[in-house]
Amino acid sequence: MVQDLLSRLGMQLPKEFALILPQVQLGIFALGILLTDFLLDRKSRWWNAVLALAGVGFSGKALWNLRNLEDVSAYHSSIVVDPFAVFFGFLFLISAALVILLSVRYLEIEDEHHGEFYALLLLATIGMMFLATGSDLITLFLGLETMALSFYVLTGFLRHRKASNEGALKYVLLGAFSSGILAYGFSLMYGIGGSTNLARIAQAYAERSPGDPLVLISLVTVSAGVFFKIAAVPFHMWAPDVYEGAPTSITASISVASKAASFALLLRIFCTAFWPIRPNWEMVVAGVAVASMTIGNFGAITQSNLKRLLAYSSIGHVGYMLLGLVAGTPDGFKGIAFYLLVYVFMNTGAFAIVILLRREGVIGEDIEDLNGLISRRPVAAILLLIFMLSLAGIPPTAGFIGKYFIFLSLIETGHYVLAVFAALYIAPALYYYFRVVVHAWMREPGGAARPTISVAQGVALAACTLFILVAGLLPDRFINFAGTTLQSQFLQMILR
Amino acid sequence: MTGLHSHRYYTSATMSPGYLGNYAPLLIHILVAMALAGVLLSLSALVGPHRPSREKAQAYECGMRPTGDARHPFDVKFYLVAILFILFDVEAIFFYPWAYVYRNLPRLFGFYEMLLYIGILLVGYIYLLKKGALDWNK
Repeated sequence: MVQDLLSRLGMQLPKEFALILPQVQLGIFALGILLTDFLLDRKSRWWNAVLALAGVGFSGKALWNLRNLEDVSAYHSSIVVDPFAVFFGFLFLISAALVILLSVRYLEIEDEHHGEFYALLLLATIGMMFLATGSDLITLFLGLETMALSFYVLTGFLRHRKASNEGALKYVLLGAFSSGILAYGFSLMYGIGGSTNLARIAQAYAERSPGDPLVLISLVTVSAGVFFKIAAVPFHMWAPDVYEGAPTSITASISVASKAASFALLLRIFCTAFWPIRPNWEMVVAGVAVASMTIGNFGAITQSNLKRLLAYSSIGHVGYMLLGLVAGTPDGFKGIAFYLLVYVFMNTGAFAIVILLRREGVIGEDIEDLNGLISRRPVAAILLLIFMLSLAGIPPTAGFIGKYFIFLSLIETGHYVLAVFAALYIAPALYYYFRVVVHAWMREPGGAARPTISVAQGVALAACTLFILVAGLLPDRFINFAGTTLQSQFLQMILR
Repeated sequence: MTGLHSHRYYTSATMSPGYLGNYAPLLIHILVAMALAGVLLSLSALVGPHRPSREKAQAYECGMRPTGDARHPFDVKFYLVAILFILFDVEAIFFYPWAYVYRNLPRLFGFYEMLLYIGILLVGYIYLLKKGALDWNK
């Protein structure tokens, strides 16, 4: 859109500009929404959502044009557009679109329907896209902060609710602390590499001895910062409180998009700069993964708040994804990418059901609020079952395929103990996911009203369900899509 | 998109063994500054005359007589203005590097870039005006 307009005016933009066009489109719409919001009255605020969706659409179109590029770096090598960046870009845009669709009715009920919500969501998505596309410490850090700052505000968006304020405060304090640690680690990486460019830093790390204290400290600090962002144990404490307090659609975004973006950052750093010192971190990451699966899956069992339950479950899922990095094979990386893609749909879907329970005067976040959903709204109950099956990793849902690749990569590399752990933890996961389903299917309704589904929510729910079933039954296309990430140069270099 | 090629024109001095040596003058500067401050303060404490009085012990308020306690709650509007000032102040700092490299930029490119940047600032300004952040009587 922008390019057509400018070329009609006779202006030529630098070729590099096309590479950041997806982000620029989102930025234009985010700023536009801030201004158009003043022209809209209370009743017509949903136009903001339409504008935001249009922004996501234009951004997706610009990203689509980049899909066949192989490792083009630009802006003094501060960004690199490769299949990895494009894959993650699509992931963020899909998540943003689903969250926008789910937000309209929810924000109206909460009486906090403002244009800023959509503007901040788009700005957060810009940050995420720069996280996936950055190949320079500065770009990565700026992307991370753009994303995190937007989410701090969005978490506290329900100004009149105590839990929302509490969650936002905890998130901003702990988040700022972790960003500080990460920045310290980045400064050490710059000190070791003499450059902020990741490829150059990787060269410098390869030349250093792996036991070098500077190398180890940078590894520890950067890992701590990144593990905080993906909510891996032992840096997971913020997740349940933030997930509970944030508006439910934002909880979906934090648990899905923000996590995927932080995983992109993690892979970018661990597979370039930290790859030469792999023996140093392999066991640590494996330990963090097992700890995350343990705390996540056992912590979820005792939760009675649905959002807290899903928070613990997401900690468990992070454990599974980290195992793909421990394996470090093509199947492992493909597994992480596919897992994240599926996770977007299944977790957003699960939160969408929680959003349906929110009504005037009913918070609808307690597991008891699900009681008798099958008689009140059978479709919602069936969709809930599908999402829970997928989260637990039961065929024929897509969640199974995601776990399958992780297990496959672990067995290929002889990590049998880890594979056994990962398989065993499916048992507690099944227990708490089915506890949710039991409440919806087998308990008495107890006089609760029938949840309504708006058109936008229906579209989002249908998209989530359709993907989970199609990707579960005919996964080839989607596996290939996730597999394109492997063609990125930085992954090619370590997989060779 | 076909005209795009992979170009890496990133050039920077990689770290040589004597790299940190470049920072030696900085270190000396810091040490001298610290030593000078220490010497001056301790000299005035040791050698200078001490005649304390009530007037001298009072808080310094630009020569005015201090009235009341400084620790009372301020209106939140002050903080809002302070935050906005910091924001726009920091954003304005970017004019300096821009002015510095302006001549090296392609013709008019730098001009439009800055126009775009000011446009983004303007959106923020309109936003806060409309929100009434600068309306003192609100």
